[in-house]
Amino acid sequence: MKAPRQAVEIVFDHATKRYPGRTVPAVDDLSLTIPPGEVCCLVGPSGGGKTTAMKLVNRLVELSSGDVRVDGRSVRSLDQTELRRGIGYVIQQVGLFPHMSVAENVATVPKLLGWSRAAIGERVDELLDLVDLPARDYRSRYALQLSGGERQRVGLARALAADPPVMLMDEPFGALDPITRARLQKELLRIQGELRKTIIFVTHDIDEAILVGDRIAILREGGVLVQYDTPDALLAHPADEFVARFVGADRGLKRLSLVRLADVPLDAPNGTVTPVAPEGTTLRDALSLMLSERSQQLLVVDADDRPTGVLTLERLTELLA
Amino acid sequence: MIPEFGKASGCVEENRFFCVDWVRDNWADVLQPALVEHVKLTAIAVAAGFAIAFVAALVAHRFRLVEGPFAAFSAIVYTIPSIALFQLLVPVTGLSVLTVEIALVGYTLLILFRNVLEGLRSTPPEVLEAARGMGYTRRQTLWRVELPLALPAIVAGLRVATVSTIALATIAAFVIPEGLGRPIFIALRDYFKTEIVAAGLLAIALALVADALLVLAQRALTPWAHARRTA
Repeated sequence: MKAPRQAVEIVFDHATKRYPGRTVPAVDDLSLTIPPGEVCCLVGPSGGGKTTAMKLVNRLVELSSGDVRVDGRSVRSLDQTELRRGIGYVIQQVGLFPHMSVAENVATVPKLLGWSRAAIGERVDELLDLVDLPARDYRSRYALQLSGGERQRVGLARALAADPPVMLMDEPFGALDPITRARLQKELLRIQGELRKTIIFVTHDIDEAILVGDRIAILREGGVLVQYDTPDALLAHPADEFVARFVGADRGLKRLSLVRLADVPLDAPNGTVTPVAPEGTTLRDALSLMLSERSQQLLVVDADDRPTGVLTLERLTELLA
Repeated sequence: MIPEFGKASGCVEENRFFCVDWVRDNWADVLQPALVEHVKLTAIAVAAGFAIAFVAALVAHRFRLVEGPFAAFSAIVYTIPSIALFQLLVPVTGLSVLTVEIALVGYTLLILFRNVLEGLRSTPPEVLEAARGMGYTRRQTLWRVELPLALPAIVAGLRVATVSTIALATIAAFVIPEGLGRPIFIALRDYFKTEIVAAGLLAIALALVADALLVLAQRALTPWAHARRTA
């Protein structure tokens, strides 16, 4: 596998989109910076302009004012089709070409860029492996012959084909059943761990944003950015009532699900403590365990079942503060 | 007119419904040339009609305003009775192949234009968005996505246009001595049944064969449309 390209930064600089005949802008004076190699989730209610904001990056929507810079270069200064060929694009309905095989679909952008046949063939197999679709089985299938989850895997492989440093994903898992969805979210995180793309990920699901986002931007009706923060900061300190309502009354629990037992300071074990939980458990699950066992404390063990410490309810509440 | 071969069979003399010996004796001189002419008349008409309708549909796909006028024009042409259309054309283009082809082409335009345009418009919106998002130019989208996906509709149009042109081309004999219409017209004078039946059957067979060939062509061109859903 080739060394991944250097990740790039995306900057929204007072980016604004107004549609003619509408009083309220779709995206209103949006300024935020996505550091190289991070996943930025754009979330918010419908009408929040999250998809519009994302499409400003590959110019499927043109800016009314302000600027968007990818790797320091204004998208306005780049040729539209060249720009798009350098950015991975994944949409909810996938949009696989029904008349092309899986391999031809994945080869779309490399073909546009004029890669050699051999290089394309090799790349296609590599990508199908990456998204866990054995090339031998899947290369010559058509979209009609794939399940929803398989289609989106192909969509992901197609977007990654030319190894673009930037990926735009518009509710990519929104049409999938919960099980397939959870599996693909995990896959995306695994792939992202390997490839370190700069990703804009649009979703209306705050839980998905908390799971996949390094940072989350919450947009309100009229395309106004309300808060841009890490998932933990967002859950701990919602900027206002709107964000607090959007992240949900269970934000304390959601925060707990971001942290694992291995990552928190524990008390020294003294005496026999039950229940027992492995250190990979999230604090949320640990709390749930304590509540269901009516216990004030819980013994944490490592992979070899050796005790590493004790978590108390008291300690847990301190951690949330 | 019963051809004078000096040895007309009893079947022919009695003018029975169908005389195989007459068909055998007249295949090379009468039926085969008429069949070849008929194929030519049809092929030229469908090819020219398709070329015109295809270009018109491409333009209408790009500029919606063009659709109404061209659809109206081809619909009006389609409603003119064929014999009347020949009558209208003969003073201008004479008793010529051109006259026949203008009429035949005219009748193919409506179905071909509609089908090509519907086919081009049948591309799912998410497929178009993906194409745009990945950096296909407009032209690349047309040739690599929209046209391949329009093929089933285009071939469906070609099938109807071809079969109806084969039927219609028999009337060319009103204007020029060509095609399967000629033996029918000649035989109608004496009501010589075998010749009418033979030429009619040839026209039907030709239509069926042409239709089957187009179906096969479509299957070869659009393997994706016939792939088994559950792999």
